[in-house]
Amino acid sequence: MPERNLVQAINHALAHEMERDERVVVLGEDVGFNGGVFRVTEGLQARFGRDRVVDTPLAESGIMGTAIGLAMADMRPVPEIQFEGFLGPAYDQLVNHAARYRTRTRSAITIPLTVRVPVGGGIHAPELHSDSPEAIYAHTPGLKVVMPSTPYDAKGLLLAAIRDPDPVLYFEPKRVYRSFKEEVPDEDYTIPIGQAKVVSEGTDITVITWGAPVFQCLAAMDALPEDVSMELIDLRTIYPIDMDTVIESVRKTGRAVVVHEAPKTCGMGAEISSIIQEHCFLHLEAPVQRVAGFDTVMPYYKLELEYLPEAPRIEKGIMECLAY
Amino acid sequence: MPRKTVFQASVEFLQILDEDAKLDAKLAKDTLTDDEVKFLYEQMIINRQLDEIAFKLQRSGRMGTYPQNKGQEAAALGSGFAAKKGSDYIVPCYRENGSMFLHGLPMHYVLLHWMGDERGNQIPDGVNVTPIAIPIGTQMLHATGMAMAFKIRKEPRVAVTYFGDGATSEGDFHEAMNFAGSFQAPVVFFCQNNQWAISVPRETQTNCETIAQKSVAYGMPGIQCDGNDLFAVFRATREALDRARAGGGPSFIEAVTYRLADHTTADDAKRYRDPEEVEAWASKDPIIRHRKYLEAKGLWDDAKQAETEARAKTIVQEIVRAAEGIEKPSVEEVFDSTFAELPPEIRRQRDTLRTSSIGQEPDQAGLRAHEEARA
Repeated sequence: MPERNLVQAINHALAHEMERDERVVVLGEDVGFNGGVFRVTEGLQARFGRDRVVDTPLAESGIMGTAIGLAMADMRPVPEIQFEGFLGPAYDQLVNHAARYRTRTRSAITIPLTVRVPVGGGIHAPELHSDSPEAIYAHTPGLKVVMPSTPYDAKGLLLAAIRDPDPVLYFEPKRVYRSFKEEVPDEDYTIPIGQAKVVSEGTDITVITWGAPVFQCLAAMDALPEDVSMELIDLRTIYPIDMDTVIESVRKTGRAVVVHEAPKTCGMGAEISSIIQEHCFLHLEAPVQRVAGFDTVMPYYKLELEYLPEAPRIEKGIMECLAY
Repeated sequence: MPRKTVFQASVEFLQILDEDAKLDAKLAKDTLTDDEVKFLYEQMIINRQLDEIAFKLQRSGRMGTYPQNKGQEAAALGSGFAAKKGSDYIVPCYRENGSMFLHGLPMHYVLLHWMGDERGNQIPDGVNVTPIAIPIGTQMLHATGMAMAFKIRKEPRVAVTYFGDGATSEGDFHEAMNFAGSFQAPVVFFCQNNQWAISVPRETQTNCETIAQKSVAYGMPGIQCDGNDLFAVFRATREALDRARAGGGPSFIEAVTYRLADHTTADDAKRYRDPEEVEAWASKDPIIRHRKYLEAKGLWDDAKQAETEARAKTIVQEIVRAAEGIEKPSVEEVFDSTFAELPPEIRRQRDTLRTSSIGQEPDQAGLRAHEEARA
């Protein structure tokens, strides 16, 4: 079975779906001839032509707005916004149009759209290339938000997203892009949106995360005292959250830590903590801990590892939760 | 030569039926037949009647805010009539009732929309019209995207999108025009320059002499036409449509018209407009001009006018009855149209909205089971 890193898995999944469904169109800045700044769309234009792998003018609202129009005209657009920091100009189109069209037309007009966006810190990128805005979009009714952390999940989630009849934001943790390879089969498979994955089973404490911090959590797990049995959940889908997997785990362990790169206040950790206290109140042995980015602007890269939830800070959060 | 002119441009103005209802027969050739002018004139009367009744409905509390189309009927109808029903796509703003109706939108849908009911946007199958767009200028990008799809699939179809003079100041105007030009997408940008964006006059929106000249910067043909002249609007739109269908890419039309009413029923234009200006434009009302034209040709008289006005009243009464006869939607519809497949949390909120708060119930936390176990 072929081994692929995250970039190769997404590239392979895009080609797979473009082959299968001629309505799929990739569009964005530099995605065509150049294959994207991270080379995620490498080779697609040569294979599928300039009509289906479209180098657009440099304008994010334009990319999102025309992608909406393509979707309205029965195409399956997969626009790329080059970095999450540039979602701002596309926000109006995404939130006020893509997300609302189904509701405001009572399902007469729907927007099957998959927006690919590299996200998160840890790669020494310039300003506005390292943020984690997933909570903003999870808070937007009408949008689904996913963030795979592994190549295998990346393919399955991308195929599920493109085949989903509603708009999906597909966040790609750029810190994972080339960090490792794993087996990604050539065959067709999907990972349902809204399904978390138990990465590692345990009985004492549940750690919930997604994206690049999955690997920081694994490192933290290795550093824990031997007698601590930690369960690690990779959410994979930010919205809709797989509440059942979270609830079942926390009812078992009685303790939970949520880890994310985004700022703590109003981050997804707040929502997940709330879900846990709503559904697991009688099972809790300790307050839910959040190990997150700080409520500050994401610093330039000299300080990015101080900002991000790295393994030592996660380990500390776990031990604090275990202290109760 | 170190300094030379590398580019020059000019903009044409097209008027075929002037303010005194005199027709330029040469320019009018192959545009509208007598029957077509008569039909469109009748539509103007029906649309004006709808506008007046909509205004009254709002004033009497039977409908929410409504933007009147008054004065701009020729622009909407002339352009809409040029496009191919069932094939081309109409992507409107909110002052193009006439064009939407010509393309098959049931008239009561517009009232339903302004009565605060999303079912007014639930466009029936086969009607190639997108819903009224509230944010300014954003729909131009949707039209461009649709046109890109038509081009990719090699379909002989065109998207026609409407917006006002104010919208040309939006960033999305630039992005839509630029994308359309760059991809040579079959789209017609139809600007209803009605001189006012709520209280801000056309002169404040841009320092350009014309709005049409903006097309030059995007490498697409642009024309300014008399927006209160059915013939000019029709001809400019048809030329743009023909060009798009023949692979000639996008075009831009500035229809010079005037918003005879307030911006919406929530606005009072007397606060910022000179009554003399309004009066001057009122005399250029497309209804006056086209009636004069038809009468001069012996195609119209007072009896026909009275009969059409009576018919318009009946039609609009029926529309109002249809819109008001639709029962309030169930709140479940809001949930059911959020996603194709409802996530469990939304489903739970829908199913328990009448029986509980949307917070957790003790049983969700397992309270009863816990107490039973303790007992």
